[in-house]
Amino acid sequence: MRIGIDVGGTNTDAVLMDGTSVVSSTKTPTTANVSEGIARALRDVIEDSGIDTAAIDGVMIGTTHFTNAVVERKHLTPTACIRLGLPATVCLPPMVDWPLDLRDIVGGNAHLAHGGHEFDGREISAFEPDEVRDIAEKIKAAGLNAIAISSVFSPVNSIFEEQSAEIVRSVIPGANITLSSEIGRIGLLERENAAIMNSCLRQLAARTVDGFKAALDELQITSPFYISQNDGTLMNAEFAKEYPVLTFASGPTNSMRGAAFLSGLKDAIVVDVGGTTTDIGVLQHGFPRVAALAVEIGGVRTNFRMPDTYSIGLGGGSLISPPSHTSPLSRGESTLKVGPRSVGYELTEKALVFGGDVLTATDVIVAGGSQDIGDAGAVADLDRDLVAAVQARIMEMIAIAVDRMKTSATPVPVIVVGGGSILVTGAVEGASEIIKPDHFPVANAIGAAIAQVGGECDRIFSLAELSRDEALDQAKQEASDRAVNAGAAAESVDIVDVEEVPLAYLPGNATRIMVKAVGDLVEAG
Amino acid sequence: MRLLDEANIDDIAVGAAILGSGGGSNPYIGKLMAREAIKRYGPVQLHTLDELDDDDLIVPAAGMGAPVVAVEKLPAGDDIVRAFHALGKYTGRAPRATMSIESGGMNSVRPIYLAARLGIPVVDCDGMGRAFPEIQMTVLTAGGISASPFAMSDERGNILLMDAVSNRWVEVFARSCVTHMGAIGAIALYSATVKQLKAAAIHGTTTLAEKIGRTVREARLKERNPVDAVRAVVDGFLVFRGKISDVDRRISEGFAKGGAKMAGSGAFEGQELQLAFQNEHLVLRVDGDYVATTPDLIAVLDSETGAPITTEALRYGMRVAVIAFPCAPQWREPAALELVCPRYFGYDIDYVPVEERFAS
Repeated sequence: MRIGIDVGGTNTDAVLMDGTSVVSSTKTPTTANVSEGIARALRDVIEDSGIDTAAIDGVMIGTTHFTNAVVERKHLTPTACIRLGLPATVCLPPMVDWPLDLRDIVGGNAHLAHGGHEFDGREISAFEPDEVRDIAEKIKAAGLNAIAISSVFSPVNSIFEEQSAEIVRSVIPGANITLSSEIGRIGLLERENAAIMNSCLRQLAARTVDGFKAALDELQITSPFYISQNDGTLMNAEFAKEYPVLTFASGPTNSMRGAAFLSGLKDAIVVDVGGTTTDIGVLQHGFPRVAALAVEIGGVRTNFRMPDTYSIGLGGGSLISPPSHTSPLSRGESTLKVGPRSVGYELTEKALVFGGDVLTATDVIVAGGSQDIGDAGAVADLDRDLVAAVQARIMEMIAIAVDRMKTSATPVPVIVVGGGSILVTGAVEGASEIIKPDHFPVANAIGAAIAQVGGECDRIFSLAELSRDEALDQAKQEASDRAVNAGAAAESVDIVDVEEVPLAYLPGNATRIMVKAVGDLVEAG
Repeated sequence: MRLLDEANIDDIAVGAAILGSGGGSNPYIGKLMAREAIKRYGPVQLHTLDELDDDDLIVPAAGMGAPVVAVEKLPAGDDIVRAFHALGKYTGRAPRATMSIESGGMNSVRPIYLAARLGIPVVDCDGMGRAFPEIQMTVLTAGGISASPFAMSDERGNILLMDAVSNRWVEVFARSCVTHMGAIGAIALYSATVKQLKAAAIHGTTTLAEKIGRTVREARLKERNPVDAVRAVVDGFLVFRGKISDVDRRISEGFAKGGAKMAGSGAFEGQELQLAFQNEHLVLRVDGDYVATTPDLIAVLDSETGAPITTEALRYGMRVAVIAFPCAPQWREPAALELVCPRYFGYDIDYVPVEERFAS
C-alpha cells in the first residue's frame, strides 16, 4: 500500500491506496511546521483504515515548502555562482535579473571563467583549471560553502561544469555544489537561476526531509519515502535533499496526474476547481503539458518544465454580483459577475448556506438543487432566474478557459477535480464528456501516491552528422538511462514525450530534441 | 535631445515587440543589456536627426543570428563595441552616434546598450520601422545607402570586414559566417551621414516604440483595453477579433514559415481570418479577401493583455485581436517595395496600402 500526501498552502491532503483503489483519505489544515501537519494527516488515514504500518510500501509527499521559502525569502543559504563561458556572457552576469532583496540575501557573489560550448558542441574557449581554483579560493575566503556552477550550452555538454565541481571540492571539501546541467534546460539565465536557488535551499531541504523522516519514524512507518517533482515523477529522500528546486509547482502536476489516474484517461483537459481559482491544464500521454514560457518563482525567472496551466478567478467561494439576493434589480447577463473576488478559505463561515451573509457560487449551486451542502433553507428563496444565469455563466467561463487550452477543435474529455467541483453542473461546450471521478477533492494526494520516476534529454543535435532517426534514438536512450539511474525498473521505462524544435534563422539543420522517459519505481526489498 | 533611462527601456521593449510584426525575437535579453548598461554608465542621449550636423557620421549596430542561441550564449557586450569601432576605423571617420536598423524586437534596444557603454547618442530613427529577416530589407537600401562596409564580431574578438557589391550579398555572406561564430554575431553596417539619413531613414521610431509601450502599460493600469489604445496610437485598423483555430508551421532553409487560421467572435462572428507568416506576419485575408500585406504592419495581440504574439508563439485556442497599420511611406516607393513586397516572399498578389483596402 502507498500513502500520498499533498501539502498545499491551505490544506494538507492524504490518501491511503491499495494498488489502484483508495482505502482512506483526509483533508487537514496545513501547519506552520510542515512535519506536524504531515504527521496528523498520516495518523488520520492510518487510524481511519486500521491498517498495520508494516503494510505501507511507500509514502509519497508533494510539498510547496521550498517554493514558499523563496517567495517569503526565508531560510535561504548565501550562495556563490561560477559561470563558464568567457569571453561570452560578460554583459549579463549571474543574478542580473533577480529582485534586489533576494540578491542581497543570497549574497550576489558571482564569478565568470573561461569555458562553455557552442550550440554545435564546439568549445567557446579552453577550460582553465587554475582560473577556477583561484575563484574557489575567493569563495572559500568569503566563507561560503554553497555554490552553483553554470556553463554555456551545458545541456549539450556538461564536462566543464563537472570539472569545475571537482576543483571546487578540492579547495572547499564538502562544498554544496549544484550544476546547472543537472537541473534546467536551454536558457542560460533561467537555468543558472534555478541552480543558484537549489544551492540556497539545500540546508532547508536537509532539515525538512529529516523532519518528514522523523514524522514517519514517530508513526513507526519504516517504508521508504519520496518527494514529488514538478514533472510528475518522484525523487527519493536523499535526492530531494540534493535537488529541492525540482519540487517547484509540483502541486498542479500532482492534481493533474491524480485526475489521469482516477479517470483512466491519458489525454484530456483537467479542470481543478478550488475555493478562489480554477486551474485548467492539459494531459498528454498521462502527463501535464509543459509551459513554453519562462515561469517566475519569487520574482526570479526559471525555465523548468512546469505544467502549462491557465487560471481563472472562479471557485466555490467566488462572490456573485449582484451582491444581494434580496435586491436582484439587474438580472441582465451583462451585469452578472462571478468572481474573481472570493471569500476563499472563509467559505464555511461566510457563505449563506453556512450561516454567513455573503452570496457565493456555492450558495447558488445549492439553490440549484444539485448539491446538499450546509443549510439549503438559507438559499431557498433565491431568485430562480438568477440561479440559472449564474450556473450558465460559470459553465461559460469554464468552456472558454477549456477551449483556450485545447490544441485543436476536436472535442476532448474534461476531467473535473478539486474541492470546488460542485460548480460544474452541466455540459462544457467543446468537451466530448465530463468526468467527475470519485475522490475528486484529493486528486492531488492521489497524484503524489501514484507517481513514477523519470528521466529527460534536452539538447541540440546537428543533423549534419546524424540522421533524424539516429538523433531521436540517441535522445530516447539518454532519457531512458536517466530514468533507470533515478530508480526506475528498466523493463517498465516508457518514452512519454518527444518534442523537436528546429532552430530558426540558421542555415544547416540544427534541431533541439526534448525527450522524457518514465518508469515504475523499483520496489524496495 | 532627451535622456533615456531604465523606465524608458521597458516601454521601448514592449513597443518594439509590437512593431516586430510577429518577428524580431523576444527583446528580453536586449532589454536587460540596455538596462544594466544605463545603471552603470548613466542615461543615454536620444537625438533627432535634425539635432545633428549634416556631416556627422552615424553607424547603426545590431545583432544577427538564431534567437534560440541568444538566450543561452549571452552576448559579451564587447562584440558590438568592436564591430562599431571596426567600421569607424575602416571608414576613417569617428562615428558621432549609433542607431537601430530594425525597430522590432531585440535590435531596437541593442544600440541603446552600445550608446550607454560608449557615452555616445542614439539617433531616433531606423531602417525598417518594423522587423524583417534579412539585412538588405531596409528603406536604406532603397535610399541608396550601402550596408557595406560591414563589420561583424564575436565574443572571441574575431572581426570580419566585408565590402560587398550589394546589400543582398552582405546578407548572403554574413548569414553563412554567423554560423561559424556560434550562430550569433554583433554587426555594424549602413554607415551614413546625417544628411543621407534625413532623406532615407524612418524618423522617430524609438519614440514611437516607447509611446506604444507606454500606451499598453497605462491602458492595463487603468483597466482599459490595450488593443484599442494601441490601434489608436499607430493609426491602425482593427482587422479581426477571434480565436486561433489552426496553426500550420514548418521550418524551411532556416526560416519559420507557415499559416494560421482564426475564427471570428463578437462583431467578427462567422468570419474566418487567414494569416501567412515567414518569421514575421506577412499576409492577412478575411474570408478570402486580402486585407493587409507586407510591408504594412500586422500585429497579433492577446485580446485581453495586448501582449504581442510572435509567429513562434501562435497556438490554437489563443484569443487574439489583429490590427494592421501603415508602414513608413518610404516602403511604398517601387525600389523599396521590391525588397519586401508579397511577391518577394512568394505570395502572388500586388501590394495595396492597408488604408486603401479599408477605404473600399
